Amino acid sequence: MVEKGTWTVKKGLAEMLKGGVIMDVTTPEQARIAEEAGACAVMALERVPADIRAAGGVARMADPTVILRIMDAVTIPVMAKCRIGHFVEAQILEALGVDYIDESEVLTPADEHHHINKHPFKVPFVCGARNLGEALRRIAEGAAMLRTKGEPGTGNVVEAVRHMRLVMDEIRRLTVTPPEELVAVAKEMGAPYELVKQVAEEGRLPVVNFAAGGIATPADAALMMQLGADGIFVGSGIFKSADPAKRARAIVAATTHYNDPQVLAEVSRDLGEPMPGLEIAAIAPHERMQERGW
Amino acid sequence: MRVGVLAAQGAFREHIIALRACGVDASEVRKAEQLDGIDALVLPGGESTAIARLLQDFGMFDKVRALGEAGLPIFGTCAGMVLLAKEIERSGQPRLGLMDITVRRNAFGRQVESFEADLDIPVLGKEPLRGVFIRAPYVTSAGPGVRVLATLDDKIVLVEQGKFLAAAFHPELTDDLRLHQYFLAKI
Repeated sequence: MVEKGTWTVKKGLAEMLKGGVIMDVTTPEQARIAEEAGACAVMALERVPADIRAAGGVARMADPTVILRIMDAVTIPVMAKCRIGHFVEAQILEALGVDYIDESEVLTPADEHHHINKHPFKVPFVCGARNLGEALRRIAEGAAMLRTKGEPGTGNVVEAVRHMRLVMDEIRRLTVTPPEELVAVAKEMGAPYELVKQVAEEGRLPVVNFAAGGIATPADAALMMQLGADGIFVGSGIFKSADPAKRARAIVAATTHYNDPQVLAEVSRDLGEPMPGLEIAAIAPHERMQERGW
Repeated sequence: MRVGVLAAQGAFREHIIALRACGVDASEVRKAEQLDGIDALVLPGGESTAIARLLQDFGMFDKVRALGEAGLPIFGTCAGMVLLAKEIERSGQPRLGLMDITVRRNAFGRQVESFEADLDIPVLGKEPLRGVFIRAPYVTSAGPGVRVLATLDDKIVLVEQGKFLAAAFHPELTDDLRLHQYFLAKI
């Protein structure tokens, strides 16, 4: 019997993306540059996070035409973003045939209490998380892949580091927590007990976890990989830099060879100007994208 | 017995777990020198364009091809099948070209068309093997030296040619070790 949209198949695509770089693109030309550079997938957007941040106002799902043109341009998987809780945007993206939906804090949330129930969809979802409780809530809702939130559009890796360290630390602690304490831990985290128990037993998340939000250099990518990320999302970091093709290729190489400083030194040379960075303290708390989602 | 698993990008960890469960020494291969001394090589699933880019940038294409031509057993799954193929429909992307097959990439469609299905694989016995197909390719034509080991709705999804084995699906995503064991018998 042929079964589509199963958990194995949804989670399986994320497994295939591991060790790779997913790049934000806004045009078919950028998508081809990303594919040629070795991206394992692209995220089709109307604007990269840095421009969304600059534009302000309500950020929504991209125009389907933008997404379809990018899907036509490349053979690698194409992801697209919908607003948190906006299940109709997700239905539209599924109808377009995108390969993965990012229910993303980069866009303005459409629901202040509830994320999308992702189980009924055949298309898989990736969601952001800052800590283990948030990560497991997203999995409970049906996310087949996770990423750190970081602080998108800043070119500043500090928040992604904070979120990755916290998640990894919480996982490590769970592995030495006695079974009778797991119910209380689950309550405290606001996460389903069954998932907390599973993480405690296996010592890792049940789905792939990428790093995202502020990665701008090959060294940033390798840092996140050494901290335990399964792969890398680069948003504004590539096409807001001086030489996108070269930087893209360097970040791809750095993600594979994250443990090899010789290679990292080589690929980090002569990349031109990175994207301009933003100090997190300079962003008003209500403008921090990572605070979106619950 | 030492089996290398190409760890450029993709599901290499799952292959290493499966190979170790078969009782062999499995290790990641990221650079050309790590190919030295291996008894077999696995090319995992992932994105074939990304894997090819990394193989090229790190000078591994010619070495893997030469090792294959010299008789190294190679098992490719999904993207690995694409890399092993001589012909890739509508694509000029780099490849090893070790197997006399033509493949079509993403042949079953995009991710929403990805699926699981039971496969009859006579060489593995009567029990069907659960095939996980993710944006999978299939073989549209196979040369005379190629043996077709499994089909699904008349589409060729598992082939071998001498020491080479290629699957359109992902045996590494299930607990069934039979296909890995079948490959290891080629060493």
